[in-house]
Amino acid sequence: MKTLQISGTMAALAWAVLSLLALPAFIVIPVSFTDTRYLSLPEEGLSLQHWRTFLTSREWLSSIWQSLWIATVSTAMAVVAGTLCAVGCWRLSSRISEHVRTAMILPLAVPTIVYALGIYRLYVQLDLVGTALGVVLAHAVTGLPYVVLTVSGSLSNLDPRLEQAARGLGASVGQTLRWVIVPNIMPGVLSGAIFAFIHSWDELIVVIFIGGRALFTLPRRMWDGINDNLDPVIAVVATGMILFTLLILTAELSLGARRTESTPAA
Amino acid sequence: MLSLAERRPTGRTAYWLIMLPAVAMLLLIYLVPLADVLLTSVTDPKPGFGNYAMLFTSSSVQRALLTTLRIAAITTAVALLLGYLVAYAMRAASSRTQRFMLFCVLLPFWISVLVRSFAWLTLLRGSGPVNNALMAMGLIDEPLALVRNETGVLIGMIHVMLPYAILTLYANMRGIDIGLVAAARSLGASRLQAFRMVFLPLTRPGLIGAGTLVFILSLGFYVTPALLGGGKVLMIAEYVAVQINDTLRWGLGTMLATTLMIAVLGALWALSRVVDVKRLFGA
Repeated sequence: MKTLQISGTMAALAWAVLSLLALPAFIVIPVSFTDTRYLSLPEEGLSLQHWRTFLTSREWLSSIWQSLWIATVSTAMAVVAGTLCAVGCWRLSSRISEHVRTAMILPLAVPTIVYALGIYRLYVQLDLVGTALGVVLAHAVTGLPYVVLTVSGSLSNLDPRLEQAARGLGASVGQTLRWVIVPNIMPGVLSGAIFAFIHSWDELIVVIFIGGRALFTLPRRMWDGINDNLDPVIAVVATGMILFTLLILTAELSLGARRTESTPAA
Repeated sequence: MLSLAERRPTGRTAYWLIMLPAVAMLLLIYLVPLADVLLTSVTDPKPGFGNYAMLFTSSSVQRALLTTLRIAAITTAVALLLGYLVAYAMRAASSRTQRFMLFCVLLPFWISVLVRSFAWLTLLRGSGPVNNALMAMGLIDEPLALVRNETGVLIGMIHVMLPYAILTLYANMRGIDIGLVAAARSLGASRLQAFRMVFLPLTRPGLIGAGTLVFILSLGFYVTPALLGGGKVLMIAEYVAVQINDTLRWGLGTMLATTLMIAVLGALWALSRVVDVKRLFGA
């Protein structure tokens, strides 16, 4: 008998904690269908009025597009730079490259408010406050750690002799990357891309500081909405964000499943 | 042939070169701004450590520091307690159930903190579903003040931090040989004794790792306290934002930001002496 024992009461408590963890966010779904004009559960019946308001609002729609393409471009930058960097660190594995890899994780460790102050000061000098380019660059660099971590994870399962063989047979570094290394670490690259995308899509604090008067990503407009007046439209936006995140998470989970299936062969 | 490839000089140079884009990005758009925060904290409004003296002289700064430490400590204690319970139940469950439980933990982990704070605000408001239900059941006569105060901040923060605690503790417990507990039981230890004298000591690294991680991450919180504290529970990050946005006191703001950064990185460094931090982040 090699299983851990747990009493019924404790197991029930654990399930209670788990449901308190998983369920509360979903309250925004029924609230988004409220028939009242304020933030509450539906009283007489369901209504689509706040969904209509959301989907016909120029401001909210422009925020969605802004968020989407900022996340897309910054993710592309983070994925390319982060993957190349992780491969370099993996192949060189010297003291310096180890330090570089540790430095890449800094944006995960340093509190965002500290970075927000710094990047705001820099952007004031460069006249980048309120520009999409500014937000894209900031999100790309703070998305780097996710890519470096996931790609490094994939690389640790890759036999270094594969790279040496390709190079020994006359392939250039570019060809080795293109035909040998990247195809083998694709699941890690995609996971990193997903995490970097969610990071940018959800990021609020940096945008509050450098968004200026022009740039309102979805989280920032939501933040302003919550602070101005608690409108049920915000519950609609929150519902949309949850559904979108679930969609991406499902993609990541299926990637993960494929990854674990392929490990025994490696 | 392998050693030949090893010796080709262009190879190593090329691999250094492909690291350049990321290194340049990190340096120019990340480290330079951070250095500027550090520099500003000792130069604005005048050179010297005048801003840092406020850590000891300004009562409003000290209040923000104390609020931050108190909330972080309570969050850590509760997250460890509840996290241990859940991680233990996961360890004891069948592998199918385990997967479902893990899904329940990861689900909120990936929903944005802003959305989750908003959800709690909706739930716990004076006229929200929780208070309405409690009043309908006749348990209370008037709404409980569950948000726009420290209670609300704590609920929101524990909710955000709990997955970190569970995942770290669970990763630790998964590596423990359950046969040891079974052996203690067969040698006559009661269930409680086996837990206290065998299992609990083995989870100490997990507890230290999870506790430090949750405490460190709690120190820098901004969105949750701002939304659920209703401006009344000023933690360091929000205090910094107020200094910059409302009163334009860059010296004070950057000093507190620097202090926060040093505290967080220092604690992480100390933690890395005890456990493998990269594995904590990688988990």
